[in-house]
Amino acid sequence: MNDRDLIIDRYKDLLTTYLNGKNETALYKGQQFSRKLIEQQISPEDVVSHHINVLNEVFPEMTEEMKDAFDFLLEVMIGYGFAYREHQSLRTRQRQLESEIEVAASMQQTLLISDVPTVDSLDIGVKSVPAKKMNGDYFNFVKDDKSISVAVADIIGKGIPAALCMSMIKYAMDSLPEQRMQPNLLLENLNRVVEQNVHPNMFITMLYGLYDTDVHKFFYAGAGHEPGFFYKAETDEFEDMFAKGLVLGVSRTTKYKEYEKQLDQGDMIILLSDGVTECRTSKGFIERDEIVALIREHMHKPVQEIVDSVFTELERLQEFELRDDFTLIILKRMV
Amino acid sequence: MDIQSCVEVCNEWDIVSARQLGRNMAKELGFGNVDQARITTAISELARNIYLYAGSGKICLEPVEQMGRKGLRIIAVDNGPGIRDIRKVMEDGYTTSGGLGAGLPGVKRLMDEFTIDSTINSGTEILATKWLR
Repeated sequence: MNDRDLIIDRYKDLLTTYLNGKNETALYKGQQFSRKLIEQQISPEDVVSHHINVLNEVFPEMTEEMKDAFDFLLEVMIGYGFAYREHQSLRTRQRQLESEIEVAASMQQTLLISDVPTVDSLDIGVKSVPAKKMNGDYFNFVKDDKSISVAVADIIGKGIPAALCMSMIKYAMDSLPEQRMQPNLLLENLNRVVEQNVHPNMFITMLYGLYDTDVHKFFYAGAGHEPGFFYKAETDEFEDMFAKGLVLGVSRTTKYKEYEKQLDQGDMIILLSDGVTECRTSKGFIERDEIVALIREHMHKPVQEIVDSVFTELERLQEFELRDDFTLIILKRMV
Repeated sequence: MDIQSCVEVCNEWDIVSARQLGRNMAKELGFGNVDQARITTAISELARNIYLYAGSGKICLEPVEQMGRKGLRIIAVDNGPGIRDIRKVMEDGYTTSGGLGAGLPGVKRLMDEFTIDSTINSGTEILATKWLR
């Protein structure tokens, strides 16, 4: 006896039980049986056909008209079978797509991961957390003999297109080693790459900086990115680190300006993505002042602990629901 | 064995004739009710495609035998504009006539074998075979 015969047999059992007792238990069994039919991918027209066969057995006295009527029903059900099979095939395809996205997401993670460099003179802390599966924020460190470069970028636009774009940015930056020492030139080159290769409705903001560990100067340029903060230990004050510049990918000829900050012992450079400042709580958006207050509250700790604590606080304020990708980086001059 | 019967398809009534021919042959060959209905539906869809997109063409039916198996083959031929992107029309969810489940992928699933051949500005030929179980 094959599966098909077993199913017909079982159907016959269930149907006759119901016809004899007409109770809810039999109907419940019928409902459960339908689940099994779906599991076995039995098409609706097959069910109708089984039904007709069983009726023929149970009621041999059935009239020809009744039989013909069932043939008509069978014909109508073929269309549903048609749709049912398409549904199954689409479902399989959806599962394939989902697992491909899964693979792409983990690939993105391994591609984009950046080691946080260690140097004696600097304490560096990084916290970057995606809101969804794929991270639309990007940060990267490169350590050279006498400098450390740092980039923070945010793609306007989410999901797979943003992730693909991000990979391009990473490789474009890797291929511009000569410009690494000149933040404004790096952004200008990168801007041309983005303008040529990225769809016009996608924009990238970036802050790129270079920390010279010899003279303790931070040279930086920005492309429409959320301003960071500069903490001056001597005056115990935070100031905004504005860097004027158009977002990447708008115009091929955009020029960027280079800024610099002199760091003394204890001074801090704080870079972030708009996911930090656009935290939405029940009281509305978080103000930049509140971020500063949070940093100040944890300032006595090592910087990695500062960024971790700020994230934990903001996560709690948002009731543990991240709406945007979060990236916070702090560089502090130690000696 | 090579008794091929054809129906010219120019209007909607011809679709019914093609169905009738298919059902009769399927019944003769010993197909059960469900498979008869599946074969007829496949013929319907193919004939409709000819009527809607090619203007005219024909549906031919022939009994086939291969390695002891018996079956029925549908041959749908037209001299219409042809299909530019066959891969696309064979994709689920792609249908110009609208409606869930219709179209060539559906026909392919109703039958056991399916081949399609199309040349731009020259026409399309589809072979679809159902084997007796």
